[in-house]
Amino acid sequence: MMKNKVMGLINLIHEPDELEGLTANRCPATVPFGGRYRLIDFVLSNMVNSGISRVAVLAHTKYRSLMDHLGSGKHWDLHNRQSGLFILPPTSDDAQDLRRGDLYHMFQNRDYLTRSHHEYVVLARSHVICNIDLEPVVAFHEQQQADITVVCKKHSPSLPGKSRKVQLNSAGRVVAMQDHYGRLNTDLMSTEIYVMRRELLLELVESSLAQGQEHLVRHAIMTRLDQLNVYGYIYDGYLGMVNTLESYYYNSMQLLRADVWKELFFRPGPIYTKVKDEPPARYLEGAKVSGSIVANGCVIEGTVINSVIFRGVHVRKGAIIRNSIIMQNGVVGENSMLDYAILDKDVVIEQGRDIRGAAGSPFVAGKRKII
Amino acid sequence: MGRKEMVAMLLAGGEGKRLGVLTKDLAKPAVYFGGKYRIIDFTLSNCAHSGIDTVGVLTQYQPLDLNRYLGIGSPWGLDRRDGGMAILPPFVKQKGGAWYKGTANAIYQNMGFIDRYDPEYVLVISGDHIYQMDYEKMLDHHKKTGAEVTIAGIEVPWKEASRFGVMHCDDEDRITAFEEKPKVPTSNTASMGIYIFSWHVLQRYLIRDEANRHSSNDFGKDILPAMLKDGLNMFVYPFKGYWKDVGTIESLWEANMDLLDDHPALDLTDPEWRIYSVSPNRPAQYIAPSSRIVSSIVNEGCLIEGDVHRSVLFYGVQTGIDSYVRESVVMPNARIGRGVRLYRTIVGDGAVIADGVTIGHPEHGGVTVVGSDEFIASYKTLLEVEPS
Repeated sequence: MMKNKVMGLINLIHEPDELEGLTANRCPATVPFGGRYRLIDFVLSNMVNSGISRVAVLAHTKYRSLMDHLGSGKHWDLHNRQSGLFILPPTSDDAQDLRRGDLYHMFQNRDYLTRSHHEYVVLARSHVICNIDLEPVVAFHEQQQADITVVCKKHSPSLPGKSRKVQLNSAGRVVAMQDHYGRLNTDLMSTEIYVMRRELLLELVESSLAQGQEHLVRHAIMTRLDQLNVYGYIYDGYLGMVNTLESYYYNSMQLLRADVWKELFFRPGPIYTKVKDEPPARYLEGAKVSGSIVANGCVIEGTVINSVIFRGVHVRKGAIIRNSIIMQNGVVGENSMLDYAILDKDVVIEQGRDIRGAAGSPFVAGKRKII
Repeated sequence: MGRKEMVAMLLAGGEGKRLGVLTKDLAKPAVYFGGKYRIIDFTLSNCAHSGIDTVGVLTQYQPLDLNRYLGIGSPWGLDRRDGGMAILPPFVKQKGGAWYKGTANAIYQNMGFIDRYDPEYVLVISGDHIYQMDYEKMLDHHKKTGAEVTIAGIEVPWKEASRFGVMHCDDEDRITAFEEKPKVPTSNTASMGIYIFSWHVLQRYLIRDEANRHSSNDFGKDILPAMLKDGLNMFVYPFKGYWKDVGTIESLWEANMDLLDDHPALDLTDPEWRIYSVSPNRPAQYIAPSSRIVSSIVNEGCLIEGDVHRSVLFYGVQTGIDSYVRESVVMPNARIGRGVRLYRTIVGDGAVIADGVTIGHPEHGGVTVVGSDEFIASYKTLLEVEPS
């Protein structure tokens, strides 16, 4: 039973963010993804589907959209007498303090951790999207009698997105870990999902801070690989690192493969998000849609090929959209052409426009732009 | 407990016999409609938008799915501290207790529920119709005319008038006569089955009607005629807009097809009047390179590999390569195999149509229905439902 044993902690402090314009007014956690989700929906749903019913989110900056999205937590079933979603914003408004590492912010919120009764904490980041059952991870952790378990994934270095490198010995113990720029020769990367006892987390936070360390993984864990039993759990499902603009585009386009769509959204559990009461998508007389995903509330009169269309988008007659991502409530005017474009929310493309990015560097239009 | 100006009583016990296999295990208000909704979503959303926060839902026939769907009313904003939604099934009393004998009897048996809120007015509606209506405006009309009873009325085509209860009224909308399903209609103002009563008046008539052993305890047949006979102030609230009784296979199919016009009479996109429903939590629909979808509405979680033309697809439907779905309604999680041809077919939720099956005929014939969770290996096993 995960419910009384494990709590979730989603760490948004200094999340790697090279998402450029997409995070101009929001944190990475609330970057829209996959037609109707925000990045944080994946980790939240994974926790809930794994039986975790108490989740805290360490918010850091630009978290208005986060508060709006998460609300009371009821869309993830985290709004019951015995469950809950806790948003832990920074405790200080001093800019100096805000810049400090996650250890400092965890320390500031230590009351939340000390008051909990759960034996384990699953720590995770929001920019890692996958559909994982965490129960076997905790079982593995107990079986190995590990101090810390890192969920790892086989990695091909050509894939976009930045990730930490992990090296295991034959017994599955982590012997080396490096940040993404390290030269460690390994085919494993960290999914930034870590399991440890709650007491150990508190201990690490206090002792590392006392030694002048700032970051949980980079300092508290990576400098203690010889003192702690850190084990690697290999996850082999689909996983995307969404922390650069290139990786955002790449992982969005991956959803246009039916096998990825089925795995990421359905197995082992569904991904939950804030419910909007949009009607089903409407395809009118001239619609031509292929190889795309389309969300509810859309009205499609034009052509959509190989694209991701979010909720409430209107594609007018004669418009042709290729290889693009159109976020919520976008409008693409008559006879406009879009190729390799990412339109943030509420962007309006007037009629007859021709907008082209390139495969490696998609054109990005900021929120509410009119072109 | 706080006093409420108006309490809504939603009659949701309908068996929906004429919907055949679609209501075999399902109360009529829980039948799927419009790619995303259940029929009852429309009346519940109307309540939500009209500022009504106390709704009694009277259930009787096959309540299991319906009850589970309604839950505590959260999707419609009816999970309230005061009022909110209450599901009211028939119950056992010290001296017997009984099924709901008729629509009026259902309200009679729950007079205690209404009295708790001590309302001025009671709105009686049913979960059988598709429409968007502001009940608050109807209440304003009720107050303005000084009515004791207000019945929402809509003009229907003359040739269809005999299917409805029709009302005659004078120039000031005062009801002068009432006919239930007349053979030769002399008015085309049909009752929409939406009533506002001043509660103390209705209470009196419910008690009187219950005492009458010969009564069928029905609003249309007993209560309203009795009120008219006694000369109560009864007015029509004239409604203009889309309203459809989806009581038959044909009308359910038609109402779904009505949504496919470029400018449908029923506007599901109106941001001020969203129809709320329980979210199935599915990802954006996946449209494969091999598919072509035209003049259709498709919900979340669908995986479409075939062609879809003038059809309504609910959440989680999958269609295989080379399949062709035309003028059909495919309910949640149904699987349409490769090379399947569907013409004018309603496919129940969870049904599976095996590869290569053809149902219906491209040129002629009525609507064919496949029941929930059925497996169709070949189409000869199907009974065609004749148009009613």
